[in-house]
Amino acid sequence: MTERPGDQATDIDEWPLWEVFVRAKRGLNHVHVGSLHAPDAQMAIRNARDLYTRRQEGVSIWVLPADQISASSPDEKDAFFDPAADKIYRHPTFYHVPDGVEHL
Amino acid sequence: MTADIGNARADDRVVSPADVVAYALRLGDDALVYAQRMGGWIAAAPQLEEDVALGNIGLDLLGQARSFLTYAGELEGAGRDEDDLAYLRDERDFVNAQIFELPNGDFAFTVARMLVTSAYQVELYTRLATSGDATIAAIAAKAVKEVDYHRDHATQWMLRLGDGTDESHRRMVRALEDVWPYVGELFESDDLTARLTEAGVAADPGSLEDATLEYVAGVLAEATLEVPNTHVHHRGGRRGVHTEHMGYLLAELQYLHRSHPGASW
Repeated sequence: MTERPGDQATDIDEWPLWEVFVRAKRGLNHVHVGSLHAPDAQMAIRNARDLYTRRQEGVSIWVLPADQISASSPDEKDAFFDPAADKIYRHPTFYHVPDGVEHL
Repeated sequence: MTADIGNARADDRVVSPADVVAYALRLGDDALVYAQRMGGWIAAAPQLEEDVALGNIGLDLLGQARSFLTYAGELEGAGRDEDDLAYLRDERDFVNAQIFELPNGDFAFTVARMLVTSAYQVELYTRLATSGDATIAAIAAKAVKEVDYHRDHATQWMLRLGDGTDESHRRMVRALEDVWPYVGELFESDDLTARLTEAGVAADPGSLEDATLEYVAGVLAEATLEVPNTHVHHRGGRRGVHTEHMGYLLAELQYLHRSHPGASW
């Protein structure tokens, strides 16, 4: 009991990064809310509870190891996304929707 | 508030409001002093995430303390509110168990203490949720969900540190040896708890011991640790006798209010 708090501080690199997804209420999707460090998945969920849901923001939490996420490259942004900009025929706006069809 | 007690009690014996005040002060002081200790970890925990976790636990405890101290003040009828009770009493007036006032030590000690105190509070509040005193029952029913999470947090860390590296195991063994002499006081009954248990208001401290220690021992076994074998047994907190650390804790807790009476922001 002679040590001061912080003596045990470990290198932050030792704890992997986790991405956190929170579902605000039943029926909604889990939405990415941020990231955190934790030693393992169980602790990541608990840390996420304290960091991201302590003001009642959610009813369900997912965590993913950040290094397990494959992402599109910013360098390929033009090739990936720009060609979609002038293809308005890909939007279903040229069809006549019969009366009485709901939820479209 | 006395009517609540009178109407809800299990038998026809009169429950002394002074007894309920004294009991609520014990519950409130445990939570208040412990909240102050948890606040001491903010910006000092091993990781930012743990700062927030321990800070949240401290805020849960502070909420419990406010409820119990407010109730004690109302029932006392001397015009004291939660702030008066928290900031203007002196060391000998505090009736928390000594385990709550011990310095945080290293992270292992904080985890070892939290495992014991939260396991105790889960048993205590579960029982108090059916107290014949409606106010104590309501506070306990809300608090039991909070301390259940504290117990889970301490359990997770105990498993990882006890069954972790040689260094974390060594520190946890020492932490348990440091905390154990203060565990027994939690389960000591006295005249006050005997009267209030009889009246259906309090939970007999002695009756909480088996379930509390069974939980703790189970976690320790899984964490490759043993329950310490100690013959030292500190006591006195319930009578206002405290460790040498208590004065420093109160100085920090009470300084602002005493220097600037009635300050708010």
